Amino acid sequence: MAYLELQDLTKHFTKRAGLFGGERQIVKAVDGVSLDIEKGEILGLVGESGCGKSTLSRLIMQLITPTAGSVVLEGERLADLPKAEIRQRRRDFQMIFQDPYSSLNPRMTIYSTLVEAIATRHPNILQDKSAAENAVSELMERVGLDPRFIRKYPHEFSGGQRQRIAIARALGPEPKLVLADEPVSALDVSIQSQILNLLRQLSEELGLTMIFISHDLSVVRYIADRIAVMEKGKIVELQQAEALFDSPSSDCAKMLLDAIPQIRA
Amino acid sequence: MPLLEVEDLKTYFHTREGVVRAVDGVSFDVDAGETVGIVGESGSGKSVTCYSLLKLIPQPPGKIEGGRAMFDGKDLLALSESRMRAIRGKRIGLIFQDPMTSLNPYLKISTQLIEPLLLHESLSKSEALDRAIKELDAVGIPEPEKRIHSYPHEFSGGMRQRVMIAMALITRPEILIADEPTTALDVTIQRQVLDLIKTRQDELGTAVIFITHDLAVVSEVCDRVNVMYAGRFVERAPVADLFSAPRHPYTRALQRSIPAMQEKGEQLYTIPGLPPNLAQPIDGCSFAPRCEFSGDNESCHSGGQPQLVEASPEHWVQHCRGCVEV
Repeated sequence: MAYLELQDLTKHFTKRAGLFGGERQIVKAVDGVSLDIEKGEILGLVGESGCGKSTLSRLIMQLITPTAGSVVLEGERLADLPKAEIRQRRRDFQMIFQDPYSSLNPRMTIYSTLVEAIATRHPNILQDKSAAENAVSELMERVGLDPRFIRKYPHEFSGGQRQRIAIARALGPEPKLVLADEPVSALDVSIQSQILNLLRQLSEELGLTMIFISHDLSVVRYIADRIAVMEKGKIVELQQAEALFDSPSSDCAKMLLDAIPQIRA
Repeated sequence: MPLLEVEDLKTYFHTREGVVRAVDGVSFDVDAGETVGIVGESGSGKSVTCYSLLKLIPQPPGKIEGGRAMFDGKDLLALSESRMRAIRGKRIGLIFQDPMTSLNPYLKISTQLIEPLLLHESLSKSEALDRAIKELDAVGIPEPEKRIHSYPHEFSGGMRQRVMIAMALITRPEILIADEPTTALDVTIQRQVLDLIKTRQDELGTAVIFITHDLAVVSEVCDRVNVMYAGRFVERAPVADLFSAPRHPYTRALQRSIPAMQEKGEQLYTIPGLPPNLAQPIDGCSFAPRCEFSGDNESCHSGGQPQLVEASPEHWVQHCRGCVEV
């Protein structure tokens, strides 16, 4: 049994069109996706904008309810759980977003951002100030930030450092599954490598299962074990990362590969 | 004679933390019809260089401290605001990184697209509209006569960037400044936009100054490349030379750090440290603190800032006495 199973996951949105919204159009954002993800695996999810990557990630995160199908985590069907239980479970899956400039609260210091994340798993830590500080410092060191900066605000950091804070925040609740939605797309090339190294190292150290969403296949090739290619709400190809690069079978994968700018020397 | 000749451009920002030397003595030229790249990390001064040429630097705190930018016999840096207005958006066009925020969401595309024509070419509204529809057609917007009456939010990101390109090129500028035009876009859309810029450039004979941090994009679109670090150019070469025989340690480090160039599974190479604080004076090579060759080498860290020298024909490199051989 796989660690995370997506069984025929489907999400349709109804769009009203025409005068007075009389006509209904159905947008099949995610259309029968089935995927198995093993524990400790990094799965790359690629596709053009509008292919349904983000809707799929929201379904996995239980932020929206599926039209049909289900998400099964360690043999448990998440949709069957009561709402309060899902809220408890949400600690187990965390997200890292594309833009580290808008995904951190500008009015909270690094300390308050991270201690809040840790407290979702260990509420008692709020009573003990020195334990809390130690836990935050440890978390900062883990993602390569100097604990001296514990009282600083997000605007005092560079883009790469902010993404490290966002990663630390995601790791705070000790998740089992991390969903990274274009985590390096907004960063400079030289910073991208640092963040990719960090994510890879963390997944090895902590045994994290990760879904890495991107439109840039060259980045996904480096980090992912397997790559799923998504087009119009469906998974059209699923292969080992290297194999996908060597012999893509779907037109969508070929097109994404052709689009990567190449260094011509 | 080059179309644009920039000489020793210096733009400083006077802030509370001190004088930030954002652009510190930059020289380059652009020939008619060619594509010149400026590549570097965030904060290296790429955009400030180009905005200085068009008087788009907020003054204060910014101030152009020196240099010349000769365009058609006139020094752009010395022009009055009213003279500059006849050049900016007419003879030198601009496209920005983010097509989501650089179009006015309250105005129809038609209004925004014909504005430069009404301002610069005093056409009548209906003539201008005809031209605008043709221009939309040329950048590949389907049903342009209908789409021109839409609002920006009715277009996708890639389509908006096409509209931006149409707007920048509608006055047939001699130079187009493209500031990270594809950074916010998907790879497939990026490919389309790069191809479009190239096609329109060939059709119209426009010179393009292409600003980006993405070396792969540079290698595909540029004829000549300037590598910028800490407010100065560290290397300038024809694109093939730069990638086959990079000379400056920074250029080499930048190339090594591209994820796509590395083997799967091995630790990705990263440049250690951070770019220098430009408010502090730098003695010696500005890259020395992060450079793997410099170490304790005294000649990397002293003796004033190294100058650009021509190492081989048309290949210029900042001559750091410690680790660059010329």
